[in-house]
Amino acid sequence: MTLNQQRKLKTFITGLFAWTIALVLFFPIFWMFVTSFKTELQAISIPPTLIFEPTLDNYSEVQERSDYIHHAFNSIVTAFGSTILALIIAVPAAFSMAFAPGKRTKDVLLWMLSTKMLPAVGVLVPIYILCRDYGLLDSKTALVIIFTLMNLPIVVWMLFSYFKDLPKEILEAARMDGATPWDEVVKVVLPLSMGAISSTALLSIVLCWNESFWSLTLTASDAAPLTAMIASYSSPEGLFWAKLSAASTLACAPIVVFGWFCQKQLVQGLTFGAVK
Amino acid sequence: MKRSITRLLMAPSVILLLAWMIIPLSMTIYFSTIQFSSYNPDQNGFVGWQNFEFFITDPAFIPAVSNTLILLLSVLFITVVFGVMLSALIDKPFFGQGIVRVLLISPFFIMPTVNALIWKNMMMNPVYGIFAWISQSLGLEPIDWLSSYPLMSIIIMVSWQWLPFAILVFVTALQSQDTEQKEAAQMDGATGWHIFRYLTIPHLARPIAVVVMIETIFLLAVFAEILVSTGGGPGYDSTNLTYLIYNQALLQFDVAAASAGGLLAVVLANIVAFFLIRAVGKNLTV
Repeated sequence: MTLNQQRKLKTFITGLFAWTIALVLFFPIFWMFVTSFKTELQAISIPPTLIFEPTLDNYSEVQERSDYIHHAFNSIVTAFGSTILALIIAVPAAFSMAFAPGKRTKDVLLWMLSTKMLPAVGVLVPIYILCRDYGLLDSKTALVIIFTLMNLPIVVWMLFSYFKDLPKEILEAARMDGATPWDEVVKVVLPLSMGAISSTALLSIVLCWNESFWSLTLTASDAAPLTAMIASYSSPEGLFWAKLSAASTLACAPIVVFGWFCQKQLVQGLTFGAVK
Repeated sequence: MKRSITRLLMAPSVILLLAWMIIPLSMTIYFSTIQFSSYNPDQNGFVGWQNFEFFITDPAFIPAVSNTLILLLSVLFITVVFGVMLSALIDKPFFGQGIVRVLLISPFFIMPTVNALIWKNMMMNPVYGIFAWISQSLGLEPIDWLSSYPLMSIIIMVSWQWLPFAILVFVTALQSQDTEQKEAAQMDGATGWHIFRYLTIPHLARPIAVVVMIETIFLLAVFAEILVSTGGGPGYDSTNLTYLIYNQALLQFDVAAASAGGLLAVVLANIVAFFLIRAVGKNLTV
């Protein structure tokens, strides 16, 4: 065997190995997707049914059984609402820290990061009682507020690291032309950092969409997002695997696709810029 | 820019986060030191350490702490070891590299409740699950995973979710590895193992530290997987600290004990956070 052939064989084995592991790890997702097109009887048949006539019944029944659209709407409102709110609060802060850093900017950033370390369960009781006393149990308002505060440090942090890299000369030029700080943000910084802002938003949406501590503890039905709706399928009475699969596929598909597009931002955001 | 304007721009973020940190936490501290009753609020008096004593002497406390730590350490071990190996494996180009990468990281984006239900039902169900079918095909007795090995089942679910995160971080970090250095080592006759051991691993030291600390924050708080799949049982076999506190707060409505437990969870997380912030802060350039 020549050296070239040897190298090719090595690449082939590496590839084969990598593909096998990837397919095994992806299998549960694949199986969920396939099961969603089966009848309930096919879904629990042993040996597993591989060849069958696909049906879309589960998808329509998910709507009837658990009012999918209502819960999807809750997920969309809470994820997008809190993301927009967090951006509105974070953009000015990140802007001022990036363009006019003071002596304590670094400390402020690190302190913000430290608030992420507060485990949710440590404040479960007071948040639950506050929500109860203000009539916010099972309301989207409570979830939007909590998600906003939960993601605010990450959003500030990511925006800060983008803004920091913007050329300062542009701002100076704008100021020479008589721009106010407000103009600087709205007419110069924002248009230049649209890409950065949208990827930050994407990450925040993914995190809110999958959040499942507060959405399970603070909502029941009215405001329950998809994570909480899926949890209702855990009841032992009857096996509804096909419907569960259809509901899960609908709940996860958009976020998995979002996730594929924001891999890099995810690494940066979740590691607070420690890994780029 | 004037100092006052800078302050004004930062104020909303700082004030909100300060409130988010201080108000609930001081309420937790307050609740943890009083006798709490929703029905007779006048009886709410200061009781000192009594709630902590009650929480710590609960028969579920010791299992919950040990389960929390077993879960944490097992998942960290699995995700870091396999994460490093897999990311080194898929770092070199091969057929369909991009697709393999997408397949490998996908489980990270599955919401925890879906994750738990797929595994509980379609994989681990002792009669109709894929694992049961595999056991049967091999002529073995099917295992009832969730009742026989509840904590291990949770470890499998959580590792399945977090291994992709480790891979994602390590793959990103490996892209910045110096290829010239690797080529030079190869020229000097270094084997693949040597390159992995003496170049790749040291290059990954920092990302590994970061992954360990970020995962620790999330793994101490594992909740939905337990709630949906085992409900903390059988007995306390899969109850962790987070689940125990949830149980006391919202199922038994023992506000005082749950607050005492919550504070213990905060202390535990802060020990971890202390190291994380030091590691990240060192590399922060302003």
